[in-house]
Amino acid sequence: MTTTDTAPAIVPSFDTPGSAARKLAIICSKGSLDMAYPGLILANAALGEGVETHMFFTFWGFDIINKKTMADLRFTPLGNTATHMPQGLGGIPGVTHLATSKLKKSIADLDVPEVPEFLEQIVASGGHLWACRMSADMNHLTEQDLYDEVEGIISASDFIEKTEGAQLLFI
Amino acid sequence: MPVTTIDNRPVHVNDEGFLTEPAEWDEALGTALAAEIGIELGDEHWRAIRFLRDDYASHGETPTLRRVTVAGGIPTKDLFRLFPQKPAKKMAYVAGLPKPHGCV
Repeated sequence: MTTTDTAPAIVPSFDTPGSAARKLAIICSKGSLDMAYPGLILANAALGEGVETHMFFTFWGFDIINKKTMADLRFTPLGNTATHMPQGLGGIPGVTHLATSKLKKSIADLDVPEVPEFLEQIVASGGHLWACRMSADMNHLTEQDLYDEVEGIISASDFIEKTEGAQLLFI
Repeated sequence: MPVTTIDNRPVHVNDEGFLTEPAEWDEALGTALAAEIGIELGDEHWRAIRFLRDDYASHGETPTLRRVTVAGGIPTKDLFRLFPQKPAKKMAYVAGLPKPHGCV
């Protein structure tokens, strides 16, 4: 018998102690297409790693969970130097529409879902969605206006309380 | 690459323990791999594992969780119930495949 035969099997440690307690809070404050996806992708990735994940939608981030706007987020090259286009182009009528379609296509080509379907997947994976009380009041919105799986409209302090001990991302 | 013994046979694995030779896998080994991580495979588990094997054979890469749901027709919620905490990695491990590379 060789030593390999008696050695314990090499098995991945999926449930490392402490990982069950890991918690992530993501605050989504922007409502443009390119700023919505980072939060959604990271939330989805964290859930896939067994991390308890809470998303808080505030200010412009409300567009991600507002039934009226969630499927129609846009991307504009205006003021975004990373597009490497002359800034003057961004202001021309139709350019935002064009840039949005192009970005949506690139995202779809990677098999990444559109925003409403992505939220559905996050909730199915055990993610928690919360809406900001002040943003709701400012825009005169109630739970009826929001994506059905949003668990509640809560104050900033409630969110801080719920995410005690969590790692935090502000987007 | 290390060689480890699972189900009384030597298999090639990477440092983490994922099989590096998908051809060394059969369903009996799948049962043993699942047992190593505390999962007893039922029909629902097998449906997912067989989808992973078939999809890997035809596409050359391990499907992501989303792909198992969309192309394999198994709801995400069920995958989290069947392979708790880290379904994508656990399924890949049991199916004797590399971890999925896709972000979503």
